[in-house]
Order: sequence, then C-alpha cells, then structure tokens
Amino acid sequence: MSFSISLIVNGSPCDVELDDPRVTLLDLLRERLQLTGTKKGCDRGQCGACTVIVDGRRINSCLALAVSHDGADLLTIEGVATGDRLHPVQAAFITHDGLQCGFCTPGQIMSAIGLIQEGHAADDPERVREGMSGNLCRCGAYAGITEAVLDATAAMALTDRRRSA
Amino acid sequence: MKTFDYVRPSTVVDAIAAAAAPGAAYLAAGTNLLDLMKGGVVSPKRLVDVTRLPGLDRIERLPDGGTRIGALVRNADLAHDSEFAKSYPAVAEALLSGASAQLRNAATVGGNLMQRTRCSYFYDAASACNKRSPGAGCDAREGENRLHAVLGWSDACIATHPSDFCVPLVALDAVVEIEGRDGGREIPVQFFHRLPGDAPERDSVLEPGELIVAVRLPGEARTFAAHARYLKLRERTSYAFAVVSAAACLKIEQGIIKDARLALGGVAAKPWRAREAEDALIGAHPDAAAYRWAAEAALAGAKPSGNNAFKIELAQRIIIRALTLAATGTPARIPALPASPFSSAAGIPHNV
Repeated sequence: MSFSISLIVNGSPCDVELDDPRVTLLDLLRERLQLTGTKKGCDRGQCGACTVIVDGRRINSCLALAVSHDGADLLTIEGVATGDRLHPVQAAFITHDGLQCGFCTPGQIMSAIGLIQEGHAADDPERVREGMSGNLCRCGAYAGITEAVLDATAAMALTDRRRSA
Repeated sequence: MKTFDYVRPSTVVDAIAAAAAPGAAYLAAGTNLLDLMKGGVVSPKRLVDVTRLPGLDRIERLPDGGTRIGALVRNADLAHDSEFAKSYPAVAEALLSGASAQLRNAATVGGNLMQRTRCSYFYDAASACNKRSPGAGCDAREGENRLHAVLGWSDACIATHPSDFCVPLVALDAVVEIEGRDGGREIPVQFFHRLPGDAPERDSVLEPGELIVAVRLPGEARTFAAHARYLKLRERTSYAFAVVSAAACLKIEQGIIKDARLALGGVAAKPWRAREAEDALIGAHPDAAAYRWAAEAALAGAKPSGNNAFKIELAQRIIIRALTLAATGTPARIPALPASPFSSAAGIPHNV
C-alpha cells in the first residue's frame, strides 16, 4: 500500500510518497527528506531529542505517524534561523553554554521555542524546568539550558514590544 | 514494528465499521500505541485513524452546568482552557502532572483512558504476562514489583493503571460516552476500567469496535472547585508515572466537611474511588484526625502484591496530604510543579 501526503516543511511545500504506513515523522525527516538536524535518541518518546513543532505545537516526532499528519506544517531546527542570523533561542544556548555534546540540542531548542510560544513559563525558572522536563540532556547542561530559555524569553518579549510600539 | 493496514475514515459510523475487522485498533495521537507497537507488545493488523473525525475536538459547556470534552481534545488544550481549569482545578492539575509538554500537546482525552499499564513485564515481550498473552503467567509476581498494585489485584495480574487524568475524573463522577455498532451508550469512568480478575487482558468494558467519543463532567463537579487538589508522588519531580497519587475534593461549610470526593492512582488496575473514606469525611471537621481516619478507611482492604507494602502507608500519607492541601484551598494558579509534594502551600511541612 502506498500513500501520498503533502506537508509544509520549514515553509516549503513538500509532497511525499510513502510506501509504508509505519514511517514516523522523525524517520520521514531524517531518512526521506535528509533533514538530520532532528535527532533520534530513544525513539520511544522518553528523551525529547526528536522534538519538532507541528501545526504550532511541540511534539515528539518519533511517536507520530507521518501518514496521519497529511497536510501538517512542520518546523524543524533547520528552519529556525534566518539566513546566517540565529534564532534568539539558538543564540541564547550559545551564550549560556546550554549544551556539551550537542546531541539533545536541536530537540532542546525546538522544545524551548514551543515553550516560549505557549507562554506559561515566562520568567519563572521552576516553570521553565518543568516545561522542559520532556527533554533529557545526558551531559547535564540543564543549568545553562534554563538560563538560555529565560534569556531568550526576555529577548523575544523585548523584540515583540519594539515591533508593536 | 509489524506492518498494518491504515485507514482514515471521515465519519464516526465509518470508523466503527472499519474497526469491526479482527485485529483492528483505533489510532489517535499514538503516543502510547506506537510505543507499544515498536516494542512488539501489541501488533494491530489495521489502524483506524480517528484524528480527522469531525466534532470530537470541542470542550462544551452543557445546559446543566456540566462540561462535555470531545475525545480528541488534546491534554494540554484541556488543562490550559482557563474556564475548564477554574471549574475543575484537580483535573487540570492532574493533566499537567502527566507525561511531558510534548506528549500532552499530542495525547488525547480518549487516548488517556485507553492507555495501557506501564508494568515492565507487560512491556517486555520476553517476559510472561497474562495481560499481553492470556494464560502465559505473570513474571511480575516474583520480579521487580515494588511499584505494583496494592488494591484489587489478582493472582493473574498485579499491574496498575498509569493515568493521572482518570483519577480526578473518577472522583468527580465523570461519564464516558461510547459509540458502537449498536448505537451509543455511556458508562461512569469509575466502571470503565476493569479489575484484572482472571481476564487481565481486558483493561476496560469496551467491546471490540466501540469508540470513546467524549467524557462528560457533571455540573455538580464544579461545586468542589474551591477545595480541589491532585497530589502525585513520583520517583523524579517531573515526567514520571505516579508511585501513588490522590485526587481530593471537598465542600466545606461553617467549618464542617459537607461533601468529599477521594480517588487514588497508582494503586490498582483502575483509578480507585475511595467511597469509605468519603463517607468517613462527611460531617467531620477538616482536621488531621479526620484525614487519618479517612486514609485508613481508604486502604483498609489493601494488601501487598509483592515487595510493595510501603505503598499502603505511602498512599495513606498522600491522602492526608492531599486532603490537607484541598482544605487549605485551591491555589489561584496551578503550582509551578503541578501535583508535586515539593510544591507545597506555605505552612504545610514536606514530611507529613
């Protein structure tokens, strides 16, 4: 059985023929679209390395069947910078050393972007830690990650205020 | 993962017809089902994708003051619906204490009721498990069983139900709306999940092909909103299943408990309504003696299923703590660490 699906991936329309219904969004991105920034850690929804934003919501792409997401709008780590200009969350991760080996970082950054959009954590470090608990970092860069998320939240709020002023 | 046929019907009637085939399973977000399929724990021959069924993604206020939650409403959307969270704060707190933000963004209300136990022997295809493979035996009985059931278990199965959401639903008399080939029916959430008995392979009373379309909270449930908490002890502060949890909802008038609701999670194969404890609380003063009495009543029938006698004492302490917090009053905002014993109200010690 084969399935045709249409997606928007990082702003570009993308038609895919699937020869197998078992393909997850994660495998579609990595193996079919060569977007290997999204990482496969546990592949079971426990580590968060595969986090992407689908229709505006951060989810685990390893537990999402591609065929079920026909028509979805995906944002991955490859789509967050503007040319050479890093996304404020990417920049904040560098500033605050929010990584060591870097394997979990794309998932951390996509999760942080989702968290900031959701707007429930704001400037509360406890709420940031709770909101980021679905992303494990085996190097233990959590302190830097929390600082980065708080800093990026403030920077993005400032940009929004300037834009609306 | 074994392969399967995939169908995506566009009406409830077509979905029910498609799911009548032997070996068919409904797929919503798939956050539990795909995990189970990857592990070879279940191998459906056909997935019936219900995510595009119309009208199942709404939260509706009913004329009698109740709330109808469509089966496809995402956990995060329900918890963050401000009117819902204000009316049913213990439900919102339970939802936000479950899984991770990513999973809550995907997982649905119907799927939450349908999730399977996290017993590691159920998950390990090389272990004997009566739930996974009826008649195979239960390796949990002589295995790592400190987190297993202390109420309602049988020789065939000692697994627990993992849901947080279902615990306050049971306390608040929520009802499941079901559609099937022979039409619709409804059943209280309290009677939706089954105790294992000698057929642990059947988690719920759903018949093959039946579909959850909504969960309904009665109008009366919102009358507990001023004193409603969910408390959940985990082995880590966030993103872990309950060792033991409790939903406690009180109505207090002139210093007397007029009505009480109490349910436990992590102790049985179903969310456990503690009616004897509720009866013990009604008419009492909201104080430590009443809570201790209620806690003892709730666990009176408990017995260890293995190396887990500690859970009986722990459940009583969680009940006392949840009742104490509920009596103190529902916080204006859900705590930063939802349902966590480490997110205490001022003046209540951590080591109750």
